[in-house]
Amino acid sequence: MTALLSVADAHVAYGKVEAVRSVSLEVGQNQIVTIVGANGAGKTTLLSAIMGIFPLKGRVAFAGQDLSRLDIEDRVAMGLGLVPEHRELFVTMNVEDNLELGAFRIERSKAKASMERVYALFPRLKERRKQLAGTLSGGEQQMLAMGRALMGEPKLLMLDEPSLGLAPIIVADIFRIVTELRAAGVSVLLVEQNAQAALKIADQAYVMELGEFVLSGKASDIAANERVAASYLGFQHEGASGL
Amino acid sequence: MNTTIMLFLLQDGITNGAIYALLGLALVLVFAVTRVILIPQGEFVTYGALTYASLAAGQMPGTAKLAFALGLGAFAFDLFAARKALHGRLVLRSILTNIVLPAIVLALTVYYAAQKPPVAVCIALSLVIVAMIGLFLYRIAFQPLAHTSVLVLLIASVGVHLALQGLGLLFFGAEGQRGPAVLSGSFTTGALRFTGQSITVYGITIAFIVGLWLFFGLTLYGKALRATAVNRLGARLVGIRTTLSGQIAFLLASVIGALSGIMIVPITTLYYDSGFLIGLKGFVAAIIGGLVSYPLTAVAALVVGIVEAFSSFYASNYKEVIVFMLLIPVLLLRSLAAPAVEEEKD
Repeated sequence: MTALLSVADAHVAYGKVEAVRSVSLEVGQNQIVTIVGANGAGKTTLLSAIMGIFPLKGRVAFAGQDLSRLDIEDRVAMGLGLVPEHRELFVTMNVEDNLELGAFRIERSKAKASMERVYALFPRLKERRKQLAGTLSGGEQQMLAMGRALMGEPKLLMLDEPSLGLAPIIVADIFRIVTELRAAGVSVLLVEQNAQAALKIADQAYVMELGEFVLSGKASDIAANERVAASYLGFQHEGASGL
Repeated sequence: MNTTIMLFLLQDGITNGAIYALLGLALVLVFAVTRVILIPQGEFVTYGALTYASLAAGQMPGTAKLAFALGLGAFAFDLFAARKALHGRLVLRSILTNIVLPAIVLALTVYYAAQKPPVAVCIALSLVIVAMIGLFLYRIAFQPLAHTSVLVLLIASVGVHLALQGLGLLFFGAEGQRGPAVLSGSFTTGALRFTGQSITVYGITIAFIVGLWLFFGLTLYGKALRATAVNRLGARLVGIRTTLSGQIAFLLASVIGALSGIMIVPITTLYYDSGFLIGLKGFVAAIIGGLVSYPLTAVAALVVGIVEAFSSFYASNYKEVIVFMLLIPVLLLRSLAAPAVEEEKD
């Protein structure tokens, strides 16, 4: 089986500072892959560059196609979705409009069914569908950001710190939904500071430090690794956001 | 002063204010979506008005040729931008919109100009010509700069304004022109006399505002435009191209400008450089609306129109001064209300 997303020898630089150095990773079909690491390790930069927000030096292929010449909008149309750390919602528009716009590149006839699926996944959004996105709570905004990305029917959903700043009970909910997405055939690339929770649901994992991957393998092996346990799992409380 | 004069001035002010409202709304729209402060909005007004007047007088307007030339430029830009990944469909679409369409319009203009066409044809041709100029200008002057700062975009905007004004002198000469009324006839209620033209102005303004409201509230593309204005990155992440939103915004702005010109030119003689001052009054309204609020802009435009009407009665020489002085208290108040000016990130 060929990988859905494969990144080889990727470098991302802000001006002269290289935030990501020589990184390679693969995400297979129906897989949850997580990148864990401390704040400032370059995880967000890597995801943004895969999406096309920053220029990336190296090879990125999605569903067998080279992405280097495609811009963000083309990547979205191919089935790559990103839920960014700051969510980037349309705050002055209501929940339903946000979701409808999520299906901008999808046929109109399919969008309706898509919205029902998102509402089934996040019943809270259905209750609040006429409310402005900016007035939602943090957890609801995260759900809306995920729902909006799912409206575009992505094959691979990239989640950037979905648990950041959220209450433990909502974090648990979001991680449960991520596993449901895998069951529904959506692959997930998950970037998290909350390594414990992420490693629990992931199939594969990469550990990032100072712009490089220092460890990779099965998520269960990584979780069992002493060094990881000491630096990323030890000081974290169950379900805490990792801040 | 007696009530009759007051009513008369009010009526005059509201008629002009309605047009400033349309122009102000277009400015807010373009700024929200593309961050361009659209100085050439006034040129869209004069181009629309003088193209209409020229056609109605049986002359060939130079704007049709300009649209064709700009189309060639836009095509060249499209080719250059896509040089690494040229494919047939893209080139074909670019040829159709940038070359074939303006060529057809140019041919129609040449054909009709020779035979004093009916008013409806003049209006349609003028609108299409100016709409194309707006669209191609975005492609040539603003789309390549879309990622730069507001200041760079403003400088480009001033440049485009100066270029268009010079070309306006070349196309239409230094003499002013007037066009035929869109709707002739009039009726009188009490002391007030409503001409067909002022009714047209009210009707078109209201229709346009309702139309824009429906477009932004109900259609997918309208919502996409709002989304781009609210969050550019968010919009790109759902697959809305910033260039598409920019094109729609410029298209709307140029059509609004041209339409305003066509509504003004039967009432007032317009010169090649009259547009700037008219556009500036729409700009005053837009500034009072903070370049974000549509309803506030519309109300402010009516105020600008009424103030202008009254000051032209009392102190005709200082009419413009008084109107632009409206800005000072507004800016003062705004600076007090929002002391921190944030320089945007992108």
